[in-house]
Amino acid sequence: MKKIGLFICHCGSNIAGTIDIPEVKKFFSEYDDIEISDDYKYMCSEPGQKKLRDAIVERGLNGVVVACCSPRMHEITFRNAAVSAGLNPYKVEIANIREQCSWVHQKEKDKATKKSIDIIKTMIEKVKRDEALQPIEFDITKRALVIGGGIAGITAAVDIANAGYEVVLVEKRHSIGGKMLELSETFPTLDCAQCTLTPKTVEAGRHPKIKLMVYSEVEEVKGYIGNFDVKIRRKASYVDWNKCTGCGLCQEKCPSKTESEFDHGLGERKAIYTLSPQAVPNKPIIDKNSCRFFREGKCRVCEKVCPVQAINYEMKDEVIEEKVGAIVVATGYEILETEKIPEYGYGMYKDVIDGLQFERLNSASGPTAGEIRRPSDGKVPKEVVFIKCVGSRDPEKGIPYCSRICCMYLGKHARLYKHKVPDGQAYLFYMDIRSFGKGYEEFIQQSMEEANLLYIRGRVARIMQEGDKLVVWGVDTLSGRKVEIKADMVVLGTAVVPSKGATELAKVLRTATDEYGFFNEAHIKLKPVESMTGGIYLAGCAQAPKDIPDTVAQAGAAAAKVLSLFGQEKMVQEPLIACVDTDLCSGCGVCVTACPFDARMLDVDEKISIVNEALCQGCGACVSACPNKACQLRNASPKTYMAMVDKYL
Amino acid sequence: MSDFEPKIIGFLCNWCTYTGADLAGTARIQYPSNIRVIRMMCSGGVDMVYVMKALLEGADGVLIGGCHPGDCHYQSGNFKARRRVAILKKILQQLGYNEDRVWLRWISASEGKKFANTVTEMVEYLKKLGPNPFKYTGNI
Repeated sequence: MKKIGLFICHCGSNIAGTIDIPEVKKFFSEYDDIEISDDYKYMCSEPGQKKLRDAIVERGLNGVVVACCSPRMHEITFRNAAVSAGLNPYKVEIANIREQCSWVHQKEKDKATKKSIDIIKTMIEKVKRDEALQPIEFDITKRALVIGGGIAGITAAVDIANAGYEVVLVEKRHSIGGKMLELSETFPTLDCAQCTLTPKTVEAGRHPKIKLMVYSEVEEVKGYIGNFDVKIRRKASYVDWNKCTGCGLCQEKCPSKTESEFDHGLGERKAIYTLSPQAVPNKPIIDKNSCRFFREGKCRVCEKVCPVQAINYEMKDEVIEEKVGAIVVATGYEILETEKIPEYGYGMYKDVIDGLQFERLNSASGPTAGEIRRPSDGKVPKEVVFIKCVGSRDPEKGIPYCSRICCMYLGKHARLYKHKVPDGQAYLFYMDIRSFGKGYEEFIQQSMEEANLLYIRGRVARIMQEGDKLVVWGVDTLSGRKVEIKADMVVLGTAVVPSKGATELAKVLRTATDEYGFFNEAHIKLKPVESMTGGIYLAGCAQAPKDIPDTVAQAGAAAAKVLSLFGQEKMVQEPLIACVDTDLCSGCGVCVTACPFDARMLDVDEKISIVNEALCQGCGACVSACPNKACQLRNASPKTYMAMVDKYL
Repeated sequence: MSDFEPKIIGFLCNWCTYTGADLAGTARIQYPSNIRVIRMMCSGGVDMVYVMKALLEGADGVLIGGCHPGDCHYQSGNFKARRRVAILKKILQQLGYNEDRVWLRWISASEGKKFANTVTEMVEYLKKLGPNPFKYTGNI
């Protein structure tokens, strides 16, 4: 038998001033299933809550409707009050007669009273059908996986590990540090990137709680928040890293040379190589494509010279399984490919280089040992043109967004160039100067004044080779004149694009990317760190282009999200989620495609649909999609809604 | 027809339109009392059967309120609602119903005024249109 208590709040005169509360109370005193119809001046006050608690105990209520303000205000208050009196919180409903009745119909008192009765009637229908629910609890595997070993991944991994939880840090290349390690000096302070980053790479490398898995890629992810099963492919390095001491003899003696990826094609490396002199871990791999032994079947020089017999040409890829509770995606970025910018001759003229190549030219560990020498003939360039927004902010190239770092790094490049070539001239073509960060505007102003940089507002139409010069055709939109500069070198601020394989990884993680391939955040303003998939968090350029300070901040935020998950004893989920009436389910799978959270799947054996209770957010998309009404939201079934509609009409 | 008071059932999404309706209250924006609201978690969870049920049982109009496109709390629920309403309207047309009795509106949590205006406008519109002639007395 239903014993429902109705409590009508006056809210001072907020409700009572418009609605005839005695009449409402009287109407429901004889109403079906109503055990008690009561009212109070302020239901949310302690005496009001006591009234509710006492009635639950004394009258043995098994349902409560509080007619008061919006459920967004006090639903939780009255549910907690019910719990303390021994009633299940999900048997308490709110009839919103303030925000959606008394306050908006102040001049129509009779109609407002009638409407409040209607609202209460529907909530009684709901309470009648509400079931006592318990929060759903899940165990949490308190280990994290961080994908990407750049500054974002390292920051997140170290933060999580410092809190005492194990971290598996997976990096595609064979040492960590990412793009930041390739940089020479960083804006706005011009401190050396290696000097700021290497202490962090070393810390990540030797942290007792961090399991570093370099030269590895995530291949498969199953499970859900708190409980992911991950398969990681560790690629064959052909060097037994347990034996290798990182002495470097093999690299010295290796006879095969090829273009260095780390130096972006400006320098050379051996076929057996570490990425950089500061590599963490400092262990080499053999690149099969350039190794003489793998190509021609003979050589084996590295094997001969290795003092610890670490070379193993027979090594195979290994697949390692890990269990984790949370995943941080920090896969970083690339810059736009050369063929996308034919008008600037990028990839065709040797002295048209991109920003990362300039970083290597300027780096003390780079191919020119930090001297600015142009790639074609090694001459010191005297006239250098820097071009911003190459590819970015250009809808025709499919990249309407701003890459956010180019304004700053090209200003920095020009200034660093002037430090090294004081008699040289730097020209910068720009659309706008976006120097938004802390100390950024000051940096740009200082660069302009001290280094005598020539900023030209306008775009470059074409670049052509003429003898050993590059002729740059552009326009100065402030003076309205055409500009022609005979330059020795051109540096392009090419668009930041998602790292290769990001879209494939998103599929593996079952989370979404935007139209450009950056990982989608759950909410652009309020959940910029969470992905659309529970338990997967985003850090750095994987989400969108950003500078180092923002990347580090977001990585810290991602770590904090992981830690707030791991800080819970068990994961608690609201029980107001989808369930399946197995008698009605035909296993058609419509719900699987309707679910935006990947919380629905088909049980192949039973031929019915099931709900992953950890992932379901209770939106009801599956309910309205289900042709049989086998999907239902707990305490919000179609029958409930039908009954509510009935009471209104 | 002047004393005809249309009955409107509103299915409002919890995150945007329901909160927008709350805001209309907080701001004391007055609108006609003809609407009766049912709070849904998402406009994508509004089954068109509920809408049909309301119309058959004598509602003169049904308002479905969701988040603006791109703002859905559940990413794509409002797009699902938009497709369903488009289909429902086609069906209503074929049955000889006036499909304009069903309104789908994007009203955000900050648009209390828009909510009040929408209800006012809908009441005026339905008053001109007259009572729903298809009231069905049985049950579905």
